[in-house]
Amino acid sequence: MSAQLSIHGVSKSFGGVQAVSGVDLEVGPDELVSVIGPNGAGKTSLLNMVSGFYHPDRGRIALDGQDITRVAPYRIAALGVARTFQNIALFKGMTVLDNLMLGRHVRMRSGVLASIAYWGLAQREEVRHRRRVEDVIDFLRIQDLRRRVTGSLPYGLQKRVELGRAVALEPKLLLLDEPMGGMNQEEKEDMARFILDVNEEWGTTVVLIEHDMGVVMDISDRVAVLDMGQKIAEGTPDEVRADPRVIKAYLGEKKVGHPARPAAR
Amino acid sequence: MIYREAGIYRSSYAADMAIFPLALDRIVVGVVVVIAFGVIPFVASGYLLKGLLIPTLAYALAAIGLNILTGYAGQLSLGHAAFMAVGAYGAVIAYGRYGWPLLLSFLVGGLAAAAVGAVVGLPSLRIKGFYLAVTTLAVQYIVEWGITHVRWIGGGVYATIDVPDIVLLGAPIDTGPRRYLLCLGTVVVLTVFAKNLVRTRVGRAWMAIRDRDVAAEIMGIGLLRYKMLAFVVSSFYAGVAGALISFCFYQAANIEEYTLTISIRVLGMIIIGGMGSLLGSYLGAAFVVLLPIAISNAMVAVGRVSGGLVTTDVRANAELVIFGGLILFFLIVEPLGLARLWKTLKDYLRLWPFPY
Repeated sequence: MSAQLSIHGVSKSFGGVQAVSGVDLEVGPDELVSVIGPNGAGKTSLLNMVSGFYHPDRGRIALDGQDITRVAPYRIAALGVARTFQNIALFKGMTVLDNLMLGRHVRMRSGVLASIAYWGLAQREEVRHRRRVEDVIDFLRIQDLRRRVTGSLPYGLQKRVELGRAVALEPKLLLLDEPMGGMNQEEKEDMARFILDVNEEWGTTVVLIEHDMGVVMDISDRVAVLDMGQKIAEGTPDEVRADPRVIKAYLGEKKVGHPARPAAR
Repeated sequence: MIYREAGIYRSSYAADMAIFPLALDRIVVGVVVVIAFGVIPFVASGYLLKGLLIPTLAYALAAIGLNILTGYAGQLSLGHAAFMAVGAYGAVIAYGRYGWPLLLSFLVGGLAAAAVGAVVGLPSLRIKGFYLAVTTLAVQYIVEWGITHVRWIGGGVYATIDVPDIVLLGAPIDTGPRRYLLCLGTVVVLTVFAKNLVRTRVGRAWMAIRDRDVAAEIMGIGLLRYKMLAFVVSSFYAGVAGALISFCFYQAANIEEYTLTISIRVLGMIIIGGMGSLLGSYLGAAFVVLLPIAISNAMVAVGRVSGGLVTTDVRANAELVIFGGLILFFLIVEPLGLARLWKTLKDYLRLWPFPY
């Protein structure tokens, strides 16, 4: 299996805090890999480095063999990496449709001159990409929200639209930072279904950060566990669940061997 | 406009993404355009054209320019009048001193302003919000200084250059109606361009930067490129607006018409009219340009009726107080501007008299 995303020996410190130290992670094409760990373990920092938001102090990150360690975020997006944020980062003054159309930005070409003339090149491009966006709208079942301004939507739907914006980019690698945070059970199930569909039907590689262990263990192909900036375990959900170091990180020293299932939060 | 749709009949994405998806909207706008081009120039008085409509149109164009930068791309600027000045002097110099064709001179003015805008846009990658506003304030002063002190640009201490007789493609633009038509044509064409720009890829990128610049970058938008682009396009619009003001309104380029006060007036126009709305740019310009004149006329009438009770100095002060009061009133009623007020009114009347 040749890795789509390969993270090798990556470290990052902020001032005196070692957020991530020497983490290796390989994610193969079409895989759904979850990164879990207690708060402050360095999960989001790791994701931020993959999307180019920070650059690591040491180590190397490659996408399909191409080094992206020090590439700017907007160029990484153009390579086909999309993500969502822990705290929703939608464009609140824009409609759902515009948010999703913006997801197509790197797939579109029109500049100022083509746009001001509109009727011609720009219109054809808009219509062509609108079709793809409508596919995403149908997929996420948000047809009735097209013209709504995203700032006015309830939390769960905002999360869904944010996933849609990332999916609209047609990424080969999708990074999801706690897509189910703050959701109720029903919303979580919907979201898990969407993520699985994106992964399986669209063949998108997914790296997922999530605190809900039930969801993580159910939908992941593999799970990597971070603690204090280091990777302490990696494997299938069953392997990770039984790993004594994971149980220690989540529950403390005692009762080694007990399943880590109810550990979240 | 005000009516109830019976349903959605659009059957293609192209139709759904039209500027005015509803046929009735298109008809109404078409009628307005026909009246503006075909009726007003022939029936309106010289004062209405030269004193009211030409400045309203020119300032509306300036407001559109600032709206692109501030309302759409979210970059605050207090130096808009500086770009207008660069455009005005650029166009007048190209037209008057070098004898270039009129429209080419407008283009030169716009491009000169855009070039200055590009330089001003550079720091916007690092400097945000109020700090950027202060940077643009510096630009305002530097440009004013440059125009008054560089002889080649301003032509002397008063920095006033007269515009020679205007000729467009062999036709003299010497009367009020013709100047009005030149203004209207330029503004309408540039408004259509602006509308196309803000509803497609570039405009979405600007709004994304305005709403959440970090997320915009993660979604593939190069911040420097698009912020610069906003400055360039916005200054181009300001430059052409400045040229229109000097050619059609004052018939001279004079630095006194492009001071910081004007920058703030234009900012006021887009705040009152509505940030991120082209219609708002027109409404705001009309509000700021026309309302003081209307108040003034009303006060004169009041003065006449009151029989000497309202003296001239009372009137002058009362005008400012009333104007300020009305700005406050409209901003309290609808902080998002007149364009939003219009939309709210439309939504309300669509359901009236059965609002459920």
